[in-house]
Amino acid sequence: MSILTDLLMMLLVLTNLRMLASSRVAVCIQNVAIQAVVLGAITFSLSAHAAIAAGVIVVAISTVAVKGLVLPWLLRRAMKGAGIGREIEPFVGYASSVLIGAVLLGLCFVIARPLRDTSHAGASMLIPVAMFTILTGLFIIISRRKALTQVLGYLTMENGVCVFGVSLAVEEPLLVEMGILLDVLVGVFVMGIVIHQINREFDHIDTDRLSVLKD
Amino acid sequence: MLLAVVLIPAVAGLAVMAPFVKRLRLAVLLLAAVGHASAVAWICSRPLADNNADAWIALDAPGRLFLAITSILFLAAATYAIGYLRNEENRTTKDAEEGFLFRNEPMNIFIGCLLLFLATMSLVCISQHLGLLWVAVEATTLVSAPLISFHRHHRSLEATWKYLLICSVGIALALLGIFFIAAAGQGVVHGMNIHALTKAAGKMDPVWLKAAFILLIVGYGTKMGLAPMHNWLPDAHSESPSLVSALLSGALLNCAFLGLLRGQMVMSAAGLGEFSGGLLVLLGLLSMIVAAVFMIRQSDYKRLLAYSSVEHMGILAIGAGLGGLAATGAMLHAVNHSFTKGMLFLVAGNLLAAHRTKNIHEVRGVLTTLPITGCLWVGGFLAITGAPPFGMFISELTILKGALQGGHIVVGVVYLAALAVIFISMARLMPPMAFGIPAAQIKTKEPLWAVAPPLALGLVVLTMGLYVPESLWNALRAAAGAIGAN
Repeated sequence: MSILTDLLMMLLVLTNLRMLASSRVAVCIQNVAIQAVVLGAITFSLSAHAAIAAGVIVVAISTVAVKGLVLPWLLRRAMKGAGIGREIEPFVGYASSVLIGAVLLGLCFVIARPLRDTSHAGASMLIPVAMFTILTGLFIIISRRKALTQVLGYLTMENGVCVFGVSLAVEEPLLVEMGILLDVLVGVFVMGIVIHQINREFDHIDTDRLSVLKD
Repeated sequence: MLLAVVLIPAVAGLAVMAPFVKRLRLAVLLLAAVGHASAVAWICSRPLADNNADAWIALDAPGRLFLAITSILFLAAATYAIGYLRNEENRTTKDAEEGFLFRNEPMNIFIGCLLLFLATMSLVCISQHLGLLWVAVEATTLVSAPLISFHRHHRSLEATWKYLLICSVGIALALLGIFFIAAAGQGVVHGMNIHALTKAAGKMDPVWLKAAFILLIVGYGTKMGLAPMHNWLPDAHSESPSLVSALLSGALLNCAFLGLLRGQMVMSAAGLGEFSGGLLVLLGLLSMIVAAVFMIRQSDYKRLLAYSSVEHMGILAIGAGLGGLAATGAMLHAVNHSFTKGMLFLVAGNLLAAHRTKNIHEVRGVLTTLPITGCLWVGGFLAITGAPPFGMFISELTILKGALQGGHIVVGVVYLAALAVIFISMARLMPPMAFGIPAAQIKTKEPLWAVAPPLALGLVVLTMGLYVPESLWNALRAAAGAIGAN
């Protein structure tokens, strides 16, 4: 089953690069949804060697349901509410973003080597790809202006953390998995409300123009 | 039974959000705070449970300490809230600084979130499972965000956005750290219970553990306000209502600190206490220095108090990192800091309500306009800078003694230098506000609800400086001992 896992990892890398390359917010939302589906599939592919536990199925299905359906729906509503279709003039351009992404990907494979050697995790690409996803998310948060795109960056990062988490899904109790999922759901919901309020107050959601408070 | 400290405020919080309890909201808030405090008092009077290696929730020594602090502080804040919220009932208000009109958040959302905030912080204190602890800490961020944007205007929304995004990203890194600990323990330990982990820590993979602790200190350190990840803190503390600032500073930062302490427990059990302790001391000293720099030229008194929180979180990190006597000092310091800062933020709320400005240089003559508030402000200044006879004098001295005993001369010198700079900056800024001639048109009303809670907290801090009961010392030593001396 490791071939399937590797293929899914490859898909994850591609969604990250697409995330870095696209200016349309709708595409980025779709990307995050695809990542959630990949995440659910990875959960299955990793546990396929043993009998699939009921808990694993519940976690995988609820991950896809929450991150693949509910969150994109919330985000699309926020997008329409704020009236933005594109991220215009990011701090780092799209071509350079992809280049930086490629460099980061290489770097992740180098950094992950000492950790990989001592790990007992299932697939060899798991750790570097998880790291790359986290770094992609962080990069999007710092290089984009719109509050909504930053939420997408946060979700990408969260997905990366979860890729790491699912490799240990056998050890993690159901309650914690569900708790994490609930936190992400409520988190995006609250962020959506704040974005809505920011948009009403300022008539834009450019976070670089939220700069009154400083020393 | 232990779950009651989560359920009481959670049920009350959800009930308050429903529209039909409109009149009773404030009564429910106070009742839940009293109920929580009595439940905590009852739990604290009973002996601690044994370190059960399967329990999800249980009370150990550090958790008990922080739970008690949170409960007492919340009771004071809830009492203060009764009067404060009655004044804010009128939903359209004029901004004190820029003079525009804004609308408040609906009252039921604010009070409900306040109670849920207490519930999530209590859950943090009693979680024995690292995953559950993380879920609870992230939940505190989410329910406290609406508290910061109670006054819906551009500055509070900016502060709320920064708080939400920076803390959520930071906490996500802490989750990665927790997964790293799980990876380190694969095949050695089953589950993520803190006692199971510390028992098996010696056999865990040190490379993974070190990486895990770095992620934990970045993640929980962000929430705790350690420099250089403290950027959200002054904004959120200065823009939220004062009673929320008091809770953020006195209770929420402690919860993040507790998360970090859980990591330190695993590290010192694994024999890596020197590595993790060193990191804590390094970030602690950096926080003190950064706070000192930003306090020198500060002109906003709520931001001044916020930077003071950065400083004191630094002191806690140093104490916990050094271990031994300094760790006991840090536990005492956590108690002192929570009550002193809670008191000062409540007093700052009174100043803001009467003088309608947060600018230090525009507030003069508080002793003549608001005599009790003025006295509390000057007393609070002495308490927060560690002057005798207040509690912080003892705790700061204990940490210094611990540092010197352990032979950490450089740490001791930097620590003292930062404390001195901070004392001078605060002495230049805070006491002059109490003296001098007040500006005209200051309403000179000091209702009981506005001065009694900070006065009570101030008396506790004063008592802590004169006499620390033996039972409290034992509790502090037990809490410090649980972290593990290194």
